Amino acid sequence: MELGKLPEKQFSQLLKVHQMNSDKITKGVLLLSSFVILFVAGGMIFSLVEGAIPALKSFGLSFIWSNNWNPTEGKENYGALPFIAGTIITSVAALLISLPLSFSVSLFLGEYYRGTRIAKILGTMVDLLAGIPSIVYGLWGFYVLRPLLIDLGLPNQGFGIFTASIILAIMIIPYATSLSNEIITMVPNELKEAAYSLGATRSEVIFNVVVPSARSGIIAGYILSFGRALGETMAVTMLIGNANIVPDGFFSTGNTMASVIANQFGEADGLKLSSLIAIGLLLFLITGIINAIGKYIIKRMG
Amino acid sequence: MNSAAKITAANLSRRTLKDKLFKGLVLFLSLITISPIVLIIYKLVEKGYRQISLDFIIKTPPNTFEAMTALSNGELIPGGIANGITGTLLMVVLASVIAIPVGVITGIYLYENPGKPLANLTRNISDILQGVPSIVLGLIAYMWIVKPITSGFSALAGSVSLSIMMLPMIVRSTEETLKMIPQSIKEAAVALGVPYYKVILRVLIPTGFSGLLTGILLGISRILGETAPLMLTALGSSVINLDITKPTSAVPLLIWEFYNDPNMVDLIWSSSLLLMGMVLTLNLVSKRIAARTK
Repeated sequence: MELGKLPEKQFSQLLKVHQMNSDKITKGVLLLSSFVILFVAGGMIFSLVEGAIPALKSFGLSFIWSNNWNPTEGKENYGALPFIAGTIITSVAALLISLPLSFSVSLFLGEYYRGTRIAKILGTMVDLLAGIPSIVYGLWGFYVLRPLLIDLGLPNQGFGIFTASIILAIMIIPYATSLSNEIITMVPNELKEAAYSLGATRSEVIFNVVVPSARSGIIAGYILSFGRALGETMAVTMLIGNANIVPDGFFSTGNTMASVIANQFGEADGLKLSSLIAIGLLLFLITGIINAIGKYIIKRMG
Repeated sequence: MNSAAKITAANLSRRTLKDKLFKGLVLFLSLITISPIVLIIYKLVEKGYRQISLDFIIKTPPNTFEAMTALSNGELIPGGIANGITGTLLMVVLASVIAIPVGVITGIYLYENPGKPLANLTRNISDILQGVPSIVLGLIAYMWIVKPITSGFSALAGSVSLSIMMLPMIVRSTEETLKMIPQSIKEAAVALGVPYYKVILRVLIPTGFSGLLTGILLGISRILGETAPLMLTALGSSVINLDITKPTSAVPLLIWEFYNDPNMVDLIWSSSLLLMGMVLTLNLVSKRIAARTK
Protein backbone atom coordinates (compact mmCIF):
# COMPACT_ATOMS: atom_id res chain seq x y z
CA MET A 1 0.00 0.00 0.00
CA GLU A 2 1.33 3.44 -0.81
CA LEU A 3 2.03 5.72 2.11
CA GLY A 4 0.09 8.59 0.65
CA LYS A 5 -3.10 6.54 0.66
CA LEU A 6 -2.92 5.69 4.36
CA PRO A 7 -5.38 7.32 6.71
CA GLU A 8 -3.75 10.24 8.52
CA LYS A 9 -3.75 8.57 11.94
CA GLN A 10 -2.17 5.37 10.73
CA PHE A 11 0.46 7.29 8.79
CA SER A 12 1.60 9.28 11.78
CA GLN A 13 1.70 6.12 13.88
CA LEU A 14 3.82 4.36 11.30
CA LEU A 15 6.16 7.33 11.17
CA LYS A 16 6.46 7.31 14.94
CA VAL A 17 7.29 3.61 15.11
CA HIS A 18 9.84 3.99 12.35
CA GLN A 19 11.41 6.96 14.04
CA MET A 20 11.48 5.30 17.44
CA ASN A 21 13.34 2.39 15.95
CA SER A 22 15.89 4.63 14.32
CA ASP A 23 16.34 6.55 17.56
CA LYS A 24 16.89 3.33 19.44
CA ILE A 25 19.48 2.19 16.92
CA THR A 26 21.27 5.55 17.12
CA LYS A 27 21.37 5.38 20.90
CA GLY A 28 22.61 1.81 20.67
CA VAL A 29 25.45 2.84 18.38
CA LEU A 30 26.47 5.64 20.73
CA LEU A 31 26.42 3.28 23.69
CA LEU A 32 28.37 0.63 21.81
CA SER A 33 31.14 3.01 20.82
CA SER A 34 31.62 4.08 24.42
CA PHE A 35 32.15 0.40 25.22
CA VAL A 36 35.05 0.40 22.75
CA ILE A 37 37.14 2.57 25.07
CA LEU A 38 36.30 0.44 28.09
CA PHE A 39 37.08 -2.67 26.07
CA VAL A 40 40.42 -1.26 24.89
CA ALA A 41 41.42 -0.24 28.40
CA GLY A 42 40.33 -3.55 29.91
CA GLY A 43 42.06 -5.46 27.14
CA MET A 44 45.26 -3.53 27.73
CA ILE A 45 45.39 -4.48 31.39
CA PHE A 46 44.50 -8.08 30.57
CA SER A 47 47.17 -8.42 27.86
CA LEU A 48 49.88 -6.74 29.93
CA VAL A 49 49.15 -8.97 32.92
CA GLU A 50 48.98 -12.05 30.73
CA GLY A 51 52.28 -11.18 29.05
CA ALA A 52 53.94 -10.45 32.38
CA ILE A 53 52.89 -13.70 34.08
CA PRO A 54 55.96 -15.81 33.09
CA ALA A 55 58.32 -13.18 34.50
CA LEU A 56 56.27 -12.65 37.66
CA LYS A 57 56.05 -16.43 38.16
CA SER A 58 59.83 -16.86 37.92
CA PHE A 59 60.84 -13.92 40.04
CA GLY A 60 57.79 -13.23 42.16
CA LEU A 61 57.30 -9.76 43.53
CA SER A 62 61.06 -9.45 44.04
CA PHE A 63 61.04 -8.54 40.33
CA ILE A 64 60.20 -5.03 41.51
CA TRP A 65 63.13 -4.58 43.90
CA SER A 66 65.78 -6.86 42.40
CA ASN A 67 68.54 -4.88 40.72
CA ASN A 68 70.04 -7.76 38.80
CA TRP A 69 69.37 -7.55 35.06
CA ASN A 70 71.24 -10.42 33.47
CA PRO A 71 70.23 -11.84 30.08
CA THR A 72 73.10 -14.37 29.92
CA GLU A 73 71.65 -17.78 29.04
CA GLY A 74 71.56 -20.17 31.99
CA LYS A 75 72.02 -17.36 34.51
CA GLU A 76 69.01 -15.39 33.30
CA ASN A 77 67.68 -13.07 35.94
CA TYR A 78 65.60 -9.94 35.54
CA GLY A 79 64.88 -7.24 38.09
CA ALA A 80 63.19 -3.91 37.42
CA LEU A 81 64.70 -1.79 40.20
CA PRO A 82 67.37 -0.05 38.06
CA PHE A 83 64.69 1.12 35.64
CA ILE A 84 62.12 2.08 38.24
CA ALA A 85 64.81 4.09 40.03
CA GLY A 86 66.04 5.65 36.77
CA THR A 87 62.52 6.61 35.73
CA ILE A 88 61.64 8.21 39.03
CA ILE A 89 64.94 10.06 39.44
CA THR A 90 64.93 11.52 35.91
CA SER A 91 61.27 12.51 36.14
CA VAL A 92 61.62 14.16 39.56
CA ALA A 93 64.74 15.99 38.40
CA ALA A 94 62.96 17.08 35.22
CA LEU A 95 60.02 18.36 37.25
CA LEU A 96 62.33 20.33 39.57
CA ILE A 97 64.20 21.88 36.63
CA SER A 98 60.97 22.76 34.84
CA LEU A 99 59.27 24.27 37.91
CA PRO A 100 60.75 27.78 37.82
CA LEU A 101 60.52 27.89 34.03
CA SER A 102 56.90 26.85 33.67
CA PHE A 103 55.87 28.95 36.67
CA SER A 104 57.43 32.00 35.02
CA VAL A 105 55.71 31.28 31.73
CA SER A 106 52.32 30.91 33.40
CA LEU A 107 52.82 34.22 35.22
CA PHE A 108 53.91 35.85 31.95
CA LEU A 109 50.81 34.55 30.14
CA GLY A 110 48.23 34.68 32.91
CA GLU A 111 49.29 37.72 34.92
CA TYR A 112 51.92 40.11 33.61
CA TYR A 113 50.99 40.18 29.92
CA ARG A 114 47.56 38.61 29.98
CA GLY A 115 45.68 39.02 26.69
CA THR A 116 48.42 40.98 24.93
CA ARG A 117 49.92 40.22 21.55
CA ILE A 118 53.27 39.28 23.02
CA ALA A 119 51.59 36.78 25.35
CA LYS A 120 49.90 35.23 22.32
CA ILE A 121 53.23 34.79 20.55
CA LEU A 122 54.93 33.36 23.64
CA GLY A 123 51.97 31.06 24.27
CA THR A 124 52.07 29.73 20.71
CA MET A 125 55.80 29.08 20.99
CA VAL A 126 55.39 27.20 24.26
CA ASP A 127 52.60 25.14 22.68
CA LEU A 128 54.92 24.34 19.78
CA LEU A 129 57.34 22.83 22.29
CA ALA A 130 54.70 20.15 22.82
CA GLY A 131 54.63 19.52 19.07
CA ILE A 132 58.31 18.71 18.66
CA PRO A 133 58.71 14.94 18.27
CA SER A 134 60.57 13.17 21.04
CA ILE A 135 63.23 11.91 18.64
CA VAL A 136 64.03 15.45 17.49
CA TYR A 137 64.53 16.49 21.13
CA GLY A 138 66.85 13.50 21.42
CA LEU A 139 68.91 14.57 18.42
CA TRP A 140 69.19 18.11 19.70
CA GLY A 141 70.21 16.87 23.12
CA PHE A 142 72.77 14.55 21.59
CA TYR A 143 74.37 17.00 19.14
CA VAL A 144 73.90 20.37 20.86
CA LEU A 145 73.32 19.99 24.59
CA ARG A 146 75.67 17.08 25.25
CA PRO A 147 78.82 18.72 23.81
CA LEU A 148 77.98 21.80 25.86
CA LEU A 149 77.78 19.74 29.06
CA ILE A 150 81.02 17.91 28.23
CA ASP A 151 82.74 21.31 28.03
CA LEU A 152 81.34 22.08 31.47
CA GLY A 153 83.03 18.94 32.78
CA LEU A 154 80.16 16.45 32.88
CA PRO A 155 81.47 12.84 33.11
CA ASN A 156 80.46 9.85 30.95
CA GLN A 157 80.76 11.84 27.69
CA GLY A 158 77.80 13.90 28.72
CA PHE A 159 75.38 10.97 28.93
CA GLY A 160 73.35 10.36 32.05
CA ILE A 161 70.49 11.30 34.34
CA PHE A 162 71.32 15.01 34.32
CA THR A 163 71.35 15.43 30.53
CA ALA A 164 68.17 13.38 30.12
CA SER A 165 66.44 15.41 32.85
CA ILE A 166 67.21 18.74 31.18
CA ILE A 167 65.67 17.61 27.89
CA LEU A 168 62.72 16.06 29.72
CA ALA A 169 62.20 19.33 31.59
CA ILE A 170 61.90 21.25 28.33
CA MET A 171 59.53 18.63 26.93
CA ILE A 172 57.06 18.77 29.84
CA ILE A 173 56.91 22.57 30.24
CA PRO A 174 53.91 23.00 27.91
CA TYR A 175 51.90 20.40 29.84
CA ALA A 176 52.49 22.19 33.14
CA THR A 177 51.86 25.71 31.82
CA SER A 178 48.71 25.10 29.80
CA LEU A 179 46.73 24.24 32.93
CA SER A 180 48.29 26.57 35.49
CA ASN A 181 48.17 29.54 33.11
CA GLU A 182 44.45 28.95 32.59
CA ILE A 183 43.83 28.78 36.33
CA ILE A 184 45.94 31.87 37.06
CA THR A 185 43.93 33.80 34.47
CA MET A 186 40.74 32.83 36.27
CA VAL A 187 41.73 34.31 39.66
CA PRO A 188 39.03 36.96 40.32
CA ASN A 189 40.14 40.56 39.83
CA GLU A 190 38.37 41.69 43.04
CA LEU A 191 40.77 39.62 45.13
CA LYS A 192 43.80 41.18 43.47
CA GLU A 193 42.34 44.69 43.60
CA ALA A 194 41.71 44.33 47.32
CA ALA A 195 45.37 43.50 47.87
CA TYR A 196 46.53 46.36 45.63
CA SER A 197 44.35 48.81 47.52
CA LEU A 198 46.13 47.80 50.72
CA GLY A 199 49.35 48.87 49.05
CA ALA A 200 50.73 45.52 47.97
CA THR A 201 53.21 45.39 45.12
CA ARG A 202 52.59 43.15 42.14
CA SER A 203 54.93 40.38 43.29
CA GLU A 204 53.29 40.48 46.73
CA VAL A 205 49.89 40.11 45.06
CA ILE A 206 51.20 37.17 43.07
CA PHE A 207 52.58 35.32 46.08
CA ASN A 208 49.84 36.20 48.57
CA VAL A 209 46.75 36.19 46.37
CA VAL A 210 47.23 34.65 42.94
CA VAL A 211 49.31 31.60 43.85
CA PRO A 212 47.27 30.59 46.92
CA SER A 213 43.95 30.80 45.09
CA ALA A 214 45.28 29.02 41.97
CA ARG A 215 47.23 26.50 44.02
CA SER A 216 45.40 23.27 43.24
CA GLY A 217 45.34 24.02 39.51
CA ILE A 218 49.05 24.72 39.48
CA ILE A 219 49.76 21.52 41.41
CA ALA A 220 47.52 19.45 39.12
CA GLY A 221 49.39 20.82 36.10
CA TYR A 222 52.71 19.77 37.57
CA ILE A 223 51.40 16.30 38.43
CA LEU A 224 50.16 15.78 34.87
CA SER A 225 53.49 16.96 33.44
CA PHE A 226 55.26 14.57 35.82
CA GLY A 227 53.12 11.78 34.36
CA ARG A 228 54.33 12.81 30.90
CA ALA A 229 57.95 12.65 31.99
CA LEU A 230 57.57 9.11 33.36
CA GLY A 231 56.68 7.67 29.97
CA GLU A 232 58.96 9.59 27.60
CA THR A 233 61.03 7.19 25.56
CA MET A 234 63.13 8.30 22.62
CA ALA A 235 64.81 11.45 23.91
CA VAL A 236 65.68 9.73 27.17
CA THR A 237 67.00 6.61 25.42
CA MET A 238 69.35 8.75 23.36
CA LEU A 239 70.78 10.63 26.34
CA ILE A 240 70.67 8.58 29.52
CA GLY A 241 73.53 6.22 28.67
CA ASN A 242 71.51 3.00 28.82
CA ALA A 243 73.36 1.40 31.72
CA ASN A 244 71.27 -1.21 33.54
CA ILE A 245 72.32 -0.08 37.00
CA VAL A 246 70.65 1.78 39.83
CA PRO A 247 72.00 5.32 39.32
CA ASP A 248 74.36 6.35 42.12
CA GLY A 249 74.05 10.06 41.62
CA PHE A 250 72.75 12.91 39.56
CA PHE A 251 75.50 12.64 36.96
CA SER A 252 75.48 8.84 36.76
CA THR A 253 74.30 6.98 33.69
CA GLY A 254 71.20 4.85 33.98
CA ASN A 255 68.15 3.59 32.17
CA THR A 256 64.41 4.16 32.45
CA MET A 257 61.47 1.77 32.17
CA ALA A 258 60.41 3.18 28.81
CA SER A 259 63.92 3.25 27.38
CA VAL A 260 64.83 -0.29 28.41
CA ILE A 261 61.73 -1.54 26.59
CA ALA A 262 62.69 0.41 23.47
CA ASN A 263 66.30 -0.74 23.65
CA GLN A 264 65.99 -4.39 24.42
CA PHE A 265 62.72 -5.29 22.74
CA GLY A 266 64.31 -6.09 19.38
CA GLU A 267 66.28 -9.12 20.54
CA ALA A 268 63.89 -10.21 23.26
CA ASP A 269 61.90 -13.41 23.54
CA GLY A 270 60.84 -15.84 26.22
CA LEU A 271 61.52 -14.73 29.75
CA LYS A 272 63.20 -11.49 28.69
CA LEU A 273 60.21 -10.43 26.59
CA SER A 274 57.92 -11.26 29.48
CA SER A 275 60.09 -9.18 31.83
CA LEU A 276 59.92 -6.21 29.44
CA ILE A 277 56.13 -6.56 29.30
CA ALA A 278 56.10 -6.69 33.12
CA ILE A 279 58.04 -3.41 33.13
CA GLY A 280 55.44 -2.06 30.69
CA LEU A 281 52.70 -3.11 33.10
CA LEU A 282 54.43 -1.35 36.00
CA LEU A 283 54.89 1.78 33.88
CA PHE A 284 51.22 1.64 32.89
CA LEU A 285 50.17 1.38 36.53
CA ILE A 286 52.47 4.16 37.76
CA THR A 287 51.46 6.64 35.04
CA GLY A 288 47.80 5.64 35.50
CA ILE A 289 47.93 6.40 39.21
CA ILE A 290 49.76 9.69 38.74
CA ASN A 291 47.30 10.83 36.07
CA ALA A 292 44.32 9.76 38.14
CA ILE A 293 45.62 11.88 41.05
CA GLY A 294 46.07 14.88 38.74
CA LYS A 295 42.60 14.51 37.23
CA TYR A 296 41.08 14.04 40.69
CA ILE A 297 42.53 17.35 41.86
CA ILE A 298 41.20 19.08 38.73
CA LYS A 299 37.76 17.56 39.22
CA ARG A 300 37.66 18.65 42.86
CA MET A 301 38.32 22.25 41.80
CA GLY A 302 35.16 22.00 39.68
CA MET B 1 61.51 63.42 58.29
CA ASN B 2 60.98 61.51 61.47
CA SER B 3 62.46 58.07 61.89
CA ALA B 4 59.21 56.15 61.42
CA ALA B 5 58.60 57.76 58.04
CA LYS B 6 62.21 57.06 57.09
CA ILE B 7 61.79 53.38 57.86
CA THR B 8 58.55 53.23 55.86
CA ALA B 9 60.18 54.94 52.89
CA ALA B 10 63.16 52.60 53.00
CA ASN B 11 60.82 49.66 53.36
CA LEU B 12 58.75 50.77 50.37
CA SER B 13 61.74 51.21 48.10
CA ARG B 14 63.00 47.79 49.17
CA ARG B 15 59.64 46.26 48.29
CA THR B 16 59.46 48.04 44.93
CA LEU B 17 62.95 46.83 44.13
CA LYS B 18 61.98 43.28 45.04
CA ASP B 19 58.93 43.60 42.80
CA LYS B 20 61.02 44.79 39.87
CA LEU B 21 63.60 42.06 40.38
CA PHE B 22 60.89 39.43 40.41
CA LYS B 23 59.38 40.71 37.18
CA GLY B 24 62.82 40.69 35.59
CA LEU B 25 63.32 37.10 36.70
CA VAL B 26 59.97 36.05 35.22
CA LEU B 27 60.81 37.68 31.89
CA PHE B 28 64.27 36.14 31.85
CA LEU B 29 63.06 32.62 32.65
CA SER B 30 60.21 32.89 30.12
CA LEU B 31 62.74 33.81 27.44
CA ILE B 32 64.90 30.84 28.42
CA THR B 33 61.87 28.57 28.16
CA ILE B 34 61.08 29.45 24.56
CA SER B 35 64.69 29.52 23.41
CA PRO B 36 64.87 25.75 22.73
CA ILE B 37 62.20 25.94 20.03
CA VAL B 38 64.15 28.67 18.23
CA LEU B 39 67.46 26.87 18.70
CA ILE B 40 66.08 23.50 17.56
CA ILE B 41 64.46 24.89 14.41
CA TYR B 42 67.61 26.89 13.65
CA LYS B 43 69.78 23.78 14.00
CA LEU B 44 67.52 21.69 11.77
CA VAL B 45 67.39 24.34 9.05
CA GLU B 46 71.11 25.07 9.24
CA LYS B 47 72.17 21.46 8.89
CA GLY B 48 69.28 20.06 6.89
CA TYR B 49 68.25 22.53 4.21
CA ARG B 50 70.85 21.48 1.61
CA GLN B 51 69.50 17.96 1.46
CA ILE B 52 65.91 19.02 0.85
CA SER B 53 65.02 18.58 -2.82
CA LEU B 54 62.54 16.73 -5.00
CA ASP B 55 64.76 13.63 -4.85
CA PHE B 56 64.58 13.69 -1.08
CA ILE B 57 60.83 13.24 -1.26
CA ILE B 58 60.51 10.77 -4.14
CA LYS B 59 63.52 8.48 -3.68
CA THR B 60 64.37 5.82 -1.12
CA PRO B 61 67.51 5.96 1.06
CA PRO B 62 70.84 4.73 -0.36
CA ASN B 63 72.51 1.72 1.19
CA THR B 64 75.21 2.46 3.70
CA PHE B 65 77.99 1.82 1.14
CA GLU B 66 76.62 4.37 -1.35
CA ALA B 67 76.32 6.84 1.49
CA MET B 68 79.92 6.21 2.51
CA THR B 69 81.16 6.75 -1.05
CA ALA B 70 79.29 10.01 -1.30
CA LEU B 71 80.65 11.11 2.06
CA SER B 72 84.26 10.36 1.15
CA ASN B 73 83.85 12.30 -2.10
CA GLY B 74 82.47 15.19 -0.13
CA GLU B 75 79.11 15.02 -1.92
CA LEU B 76 75.59 15.13 -0.56
CA ILE B 77 74.22 11.70 0.32
CA PRO B 78 71.99 10.63 -2.63
CA GLY B 79 68.44 9.38 -2.32
CA GLY B 80 65.61 10.38 -0.03
CA ILE B 81 63.04 9.18 2.43
CA ALA B 82 60.12 8.26 0.19
CA ASN B 83 59.62 4.95 2.02
CA GLY B 84 59.29 6.85 5.29
CA ILE B 85 56.89 9.45 3.92
CA THR B 86 54.60 6.86 2.32
CA GLY B 87 54.79 4.69 5.45
CA THR B 88 53.93 7.59 7.73
CA LEU B 89 51.02 8.60 5.50
CA LEU B 90 49.75 5.01 5.31
CA MET B 91 49.83 4.48 9.05
CA VAL B 92 48.46 7.90 9.97
CA VAL B 93 45.55 7.53 7.52
CA LEU B 94 44.78 4.04 8.79
CA ALA B 95 45.02 5.15 12.43
CA SER B 96 42.67 8.07 11.68
CA VAL B 97 40.18 5.78 9.94
CA ILE B 98 40.11 3.64 13.08
CA ALA B 99 40.17 6.39 15.71
CA ILE B 100 38.08 9.24 14.27
CA PRO B 101 34.66 7.52 13.91
CA VAL B 102 34.87 5.73 17.26
CA GLY B 103 36.26 8.83 18.97
CA VAL B 104 33.65 11.22 17.59
CA ILE B 105 30.73 8.87 18.34
CA THR B 106 32.01 8.25 21.88
CA GLY B 107 32.41 12.00 22.35
CA ILE B 108 28.79 12.48 21.26
CA TYR B 109 27.71 9.77 23.72
CA LEU B 110 29.50 11.57 26.58
CA TYR B 111 27.90 14.87 25.58
CA GLU B 112 24.41 13.38 25.35
CA ASN B 113 24.57 11.49 28.68
CA PRO B 114 26.40 13.88 31.00
CA GLY B 115 25.47 12.46 34.41
CA LYS B 116 25.26 8.75 33.65
CA PRO B 117 27.63 6.45 35.57
CA LEU B 118 28.71 4.73 32.35
CA ALA B 119 29.53 8.09 30.76
CA ASN B 120 31.54 9.15 33.80
CA LEU B 121 33.42 5.87 33.74
CA THR B 122 34.13 6.22 30.02
CA ARG B 123 35.32 9.79 30.51
CA ASN B 124 37.67 8.83 33.35
CA ILE B 125 39.03 5.82 31.48
CA SER B 126 39.65 7.90 28.38
CA ASP B 127 41.49 10.50 30.50
CA ILE B 128 43.71 7.77 31.88
CA LEU B 129 44.26 6.27 28.42
CA GLN B 130 45.46 9.67 27.29
CA GLY B 131 48.30 9.45 29.79
CA VAL B 132 49.48 5.96 28.84
CA PRO B 133 53.06 6.17 27.56
CA SER B 134 53.30 5.54 23.83
CA ILE B 135 55.83 2.75 24.30
CA VAL B 136 53.25 0.77 26.29
CA LEU B 137 50.83 1.20 23.38
CA GLY B 138 53.55 -0.31 21.20
CA LEU B 139 53.71 -3.34 23.48
CA ILE B 140 49.93 -3.68 23.31
CA ALA B 141 49.79 -3.53 19.52
CA TYR B 142 52.63 -6.06 19.43
CA MET B 143 50.60 -8.46 21.55
CA TRP B 144 47.31 -7.78 19.78
CA ILE B 145 48.35 -7.55 16.14
CA VAL B 146 51.97 -8.49 15.45
CA LYS B 147 51.86 -11.88 17.12
CA PRO B 148 48.33 -13.19 16.48
CA ILE B 149 47.12 -11.41 13.33
CA THR B 150 49.89 -10.40 10.96
CA SER B 151 52.39 -12.88 12.45
CA GLY B 152 55.13 -10.38 11.96
CA PHE B 153 55.79 -6.65 12.23
CA SER B 154 53.28 -4.69 10.17
CA ALA B 155 51.88 -1.31 9.25
CA LEU B 156 48.54 -2.44 10.69
CA ALA B 157 50.10 -2.97 14.12
CA GLY B 158 51.72 0.47 13.92
CA SER B 159 48.38 2.04 13.01
CA VAL B 160 46.61 0.31 15.87
CA SER B 161 49.11 1.62 18.42
CA LEU B 162 48.77 5.13 16.94
CA SER B 163 44.98 4.91 16.88
CA ILE B 164 44.81 4.00 20.60
CA MET B 165 46.94 7.08 21.21
CA MET B 166 44.65 9.29 19.14
CA LEU B 167 41.31 7.92 20.36
CA PRO B 168 41.06 9.59 23.81
CA MET B 169 42.22 12.95 22.40
CA ILE B 170 39.38 12.89 19.85
CA VAL B 171 36.82 11.74 22.43
CA ARG B 172 37.59 14.65 24.75
CA SER B 173 37.91 17.30 22.07
CA THR B 174 34.59 16.19 20.58
CA GLU B 175 32.83 16.40 23.94
CA GLU B 176 34.34 19.81 24.73
CA THR B 177 33.37 21.15 21.30
CA LEU B 178 29.78 19.95 21.53
CA LYS B 179 29.40 21.46 24.99
CA MET B 180 29.95 24.89 23.45
CA ILE B 181 27.08 24.52 20.96
CA PRO B 182 23.98 26.41 22.21
CA GLN B 183 21.37 23.95 23.47
CA SER B 184 18.65 25.83 21.56
CA ILE B 185 20.00 24.75 18.17
CA LYS B 186 19.62 21.11 19.09
CA GLU B 187 16.22 21.71 20.69
CA ALA B 188 14.96 23.36 17.52
CA ALA B 189 15.85 20.26 15.52
CA VAL B 190 14.26 17.92 18.05
CA ALA B 191 11.11 20.04 18.15
CA LEU B 192 10.74 19.63 14.40
CA GLY B 193 10.56 15.88 14.94
CA VAL B 194 13.89 15.17 13.26
CA PRO B 195 15.11 11.64 13.95
CA TYR B 196 17.94 11.40 16.46
CA TYR B 197 20.60 10.28 13.99
CA LYS B 198 19.77 13.24 11.75
CA VAL B 199 20.10 15.60 14.72
CA ILE B 200 23.61 14.26 15.13
CA LEU B 201 24.61 14.18 11.48
CA ARG B 202 22.89 17.37 10.30
CA VAL B 203 23.02 19.57 13.41
CA LEU B 204 25.62 18.58 16.01
CA ILE B 205 28.47 17.57 13.71
CA PRO B 206 28.15 20.44 11.19
CA THR B 207 27.81 23.05 13.96
CA GLY B 208 30.82 21.76 15.81
CA PHE B 209 32.75 20.88 12.68
CA SER B 210 35.67 23.26 13.06
CA GLY B 211 36.12 22.24 16.69
CA LEU B 212 36.11 18.58 15.72
CA LEU B 213 38.59 19.30 12.93
CA THR B 214 40.90 21.10 15.36
CA GLY B 215 40.91 18.13 17.69
CA ILE B 216 41.54 15.70 14.84
CA LEU B 217 44.41 17.74 13.38
CA LEU B 218 46.04 18.10 16.80
CA GLY B 219 45.67 14.36 17.30
CA ILE B 220 47.32 13.67 13.94
CA SER B 221 50.15 16.09 14.68
CA ARG B 222 50.78 14.19 17.93
CA ILE B 223 51.06 10.78 16.27
CA LEU B 224 53.07 11.96 13.24
CA GLY B 225 56.30 12.14 15.19
CA GLU B 226 55.85 9.03 17.31
CA THR B 227 58.83 6.71 17.13
CA ALA B 228 58.80 4.38 20.11
CA PRO B 229 55.56 2.48 19.45
CA LEU B 230 56.49 2.01 15.79
CA MET B 231 59.80 0.41 16.73
CA LEU B 232 57.81 -2.35 18.40
CA THR B 233 55.18 -2.71 15.69
CA ALA B 234 55.99 -1.44 12.17
CA LEU B 235 59.75 -2.03 12.55
CA GLY B 236 60.82 -0.32 9.31
CA SER B 237 61.49 -1.21 5.70
CA SER B 238 64.08 -0.08 3.16
CA VAL B 239 61.58 -0.03 0.31
CA ILE B 240 58.22 1.64 -0.22
CA ASN B 241 55.56 -0.66 1.18
CA LEU B 242 51.82 -0.15 0.96
CA ASP B 243 50.78 -3.59 2.21
CA ILE B 244 49.38 -3.13 5.70
CA THR B 245 50.38 -6.65 6.75
CA LYS B 246 54.07 -6.05 6.00
CA PRO B 247 56.76 -4.17 7.94
CA THR B 248 56.70 -0.50 6.97
CA SER B 249 58.97 2.45 7.46
CA ALA B 250 58.02 5.88 8.80
CA VAL B 251 59.88 9.18 8.86
CA PRO B 252 60.69 8.99 12.62
CA LEU B 253 61.81 5.36 12.22
CA LEU B 254 64.16 6.42 9.42
CA ILE B 255 65.60 9.18 11.61
CA TRP B 256 66.33 6.53 14.24
CA GLU B 257 68.02 4.30 11.62
CA PHE B 258 70.13 7.16 10.24
CA TYR B 259 71.13 8.17 13.78
CA ASN B 260 72.49 4.69 14.37
CA ASP B 261 74.42 4.46 11.07
CA PRO B 262 77.57 6.63 10.99
CA ASN B 263 77.50 6.80 7.18
CA MET B 264 73.92 7.99 7.00
CA VAL B 265 73.91 10.25 10.01
CA ASP B 266 73.88 13.41 7.86
CA LEU B 267 70.36 12.54 6.77
CA ILE B 268 68.91 12.97 10.27
CA TRP B 269 68.76 16.76 9.95
CA SER B 270 66.86 16.97 6.69
CA SER B 271 64.49 14.17 7.74
CA SER B 272 63.83 15.89 11.06
CA LEU B 273 63.33 19.20 9.28
CA LEU B 274 60.69 17.63 7.04
CA LEU B 275 58.99 15.91 9.99
CA MET B 276 58.98 19.10 12.07
CA GLY B 277 57.62 21.02 9.08
CA MET B 278 54.70 18.63 8.83
CA VAL B 279 54.00 18.59 12.57
CA LEU B 280 54.26 22.34 13.12
CA THR B 281 52.16 23.17 10.06
CA LEU B 282 49.36 20.91 11.28
CA ASN B 283 49.71 22.42 14.74
CA LEU B 284 49.47 26.00 13.53
CA VAL B 285 46.63 25.25 11.10
CA SER B 286 44.58 23.67 13.88
CA LYS B 287 45.30 26.65 16.16
CA ARG B 288 44.21 28.99 13.38
CA ILE B 289 40.94 27.10 12.90
CA ALA B 290 40.33 27.10 16.64
CA ALA B 291 41.01 30.83 16.92
CA ARG B 292 38.73 31.65 14.00
CA THR B 293 35.76 29.87 15.51
CA LYS B 294 36.11 31.34 18.97
